Amino acid sequence: MATHDIELTVNETEVELTVDSRTLLVHALRDELGYTGPKVGCESSKCGACTVELDGDAVKSCTVLAVQTDGASVQTVEGFADEDGELHPIQEQFSAEHGLQCGYCTPGMVTTTKHLLESNPDPSREEIRKALKGNICRCTGYQNVVDAVESAAAALAPAESEGESASGDDVDLRTDYPTPGED
Amino acid sequence: MFPPQFDYHRASSIDDALELLERHAADDPRILAGGHSLLPDLKNGRASPRALVDIGEIDALRGIGSGADVESGADSGADETAIGALTTYADILESDRLQRHAPVLTDATSVLADLQIRNRGTIGGNLTAAEPGADLPAATLAADATVRVRGPDGERAIDAAAFLGADGSEPALRERELVTEVRVPHVEAGGYAKKTHPASGYAMVGVAAVLETDDGTITDARVAATGVLERVVRLAAVEDALVGARVESKTIEAAAERAGETIEPADARSDDHASGEFRVHLLSTYAERALERAVDRVAAGAGGTGTAGDLE
Ligand SMILES: Cc1cc2nc3c(=O)[nH]c(=O)nc-3n(C[C@H](O)[C@H](O)[C@H](O)COP(=O)(O)OP(=O)(O)OC[C@H]3O[C@@H](n4cnc5c(N)ncnc54)[C@H](O)[C@@H]3O)c2cc1C
Ligand code: FES
Ligand code: FES
Repeated sequence: MATHDIELTVNETEVELTVDSRTLLVHALRDELGYTGPKVGCESSKCGACTVELDGDAVKSCTVLAVQTDGASVQTVEGFADEDGELHPIQEQFSAEHGLQCGYCTPGMVTTTKHLLESNPDPSREEIRKALKGNICRCTGYQNVVDAVESAAAALAPAESEGESASGDDVDLRTDYPTPGED
Repeated sequence: MFPPQFDYHRASSIDDALELLERHAADDPRILAGGHSLLPDLKNGRASPRALVDIGEIDALRGIGSGADVESGADSGADETAIGALTTYADILESDRLQRHAPVLTDATSVLADLQIRNRGTIGGNLTAAEPGADLPAATLAADATVRVRGPDGERAIDAAAFLGADGSEPALRERELVTEVRVPHVEAGGYAKKTHPASGYAMVGVAAVLETDDGTITDARVAATGVLERVVRLAAVEDALVGARVESKTIEAAAERAGETIEPADARSDDHASGEFRVHLLSTYAERALERAVDRVAAGAGGTGTAGDLE
């Protein structure tokens, strides 16, 4: 059946491609365009491994049709580092805090974290857990992921005064423990 | 998991969408909004339309405004808010107007699914799909919202109960009709409480409560539950116990205890995580929590136990 010629911007590069109506965005990104950052975990909108930014919003790319993104702008985790390969502060903190083990969930985690910190630059641990509800990790047990997001928030915060560390060293990461969801 | 083959059509306006639905009628077309019910349904074979009409780019369907702003011209004023069908959950949560005047809706939206899904899913899609355990059907039913639709026979307004089939009838949306907006009356004393299903994220049990009060006495109460039956349902026994009573915790507790009275556990939904009996059992607890949130908002309203019905 129908194929469609679409144009979109991926990581600030304009691309044109031809997709089937039914092609999912995650498959177009991975198989057609070679962006393998977004992972296919559950393919059913539950795990968040496929999370990308679509027109500025974190979304699950397994639950968006590629053809829906005609004219849109997509950012994958490949777009986080700068041209020299310098990691984004969020990526740096995931590494520094051991917020990953196998790394399969990490592109999604990093993307959702960016979205969270843009709207809430100084989230509580509870807010971090709520924001990452749609990102499942089978390795870390989440503790270090939450630590990483907290450190990233501190790293991204504008330094309050000259000489004050913005690296998050002043955050006590060990004082609270996992909290249950809304129940 | 790949969706089956289908044609895709992107609508540029409401009229264009209606025309596309008409033109492709033989292909059993489905409207695509946020896609977070429809795409899962396509993947697992629950739906197999041969055409999709994507309404995602129709800006006229998106946004939150006062009822009076909206082109349809029905008489309405500052005492309700019109929400375009394509408005996402994230947009609803960002609206101060809704946070203040329709907290039952923002409460329910805040515990709906997860951040990514809230960036994509829409109120129109949520109410149309009305999945068992979806949060917004309960909230809109308790809020006594009205759903406006357009179709081949023009425009009409449907109250939430009829739209959702909560009154025992079939859901009222007809083929090739498009939901354009949802109008939510302002009632400050509202709240929603949810026991999240650990596997699906939907409500195992969710209760939405809205109270109208006059000088500390409850003059009207609407309490609706999701997750328990296939469709959302009003908890009449709780409502009856509330109307005429004072706004006090002991009234709330006694009323909430009656939540399971009108639902037979044998009729309730049941799965590996929760039997029908357990779901009915949970109802009282979640009804109480939802009512407590509503009562807190009465207290926060016009002083003490003052009015919460029609503030402003
Ligand atoms: C993993 C997961 C968890 C979820 N958890 C929850 C949850 O906890 N609570 C909850 O409430 N929901 C939950 N959902 C459902 C989600 O909220 C969907 O977004 C919602 O049910 C459908 O809205 P949509 O905009 O995505 O609609 P779509 O999927 O695009 O459409 C759904 C249906 O409505 C029709 N439709 C859509 N818009 C219109 C319109 N304007 N006029 C006429 N027909 C229309 C479509 O044709 C289709 O039949 C979850 C979904 C997933 C995938
Ligand atoms: S692969 Fe998309 S959410 Fe799991
Ligand atoms: S690090 Fe392995 S899934 Fe998260």
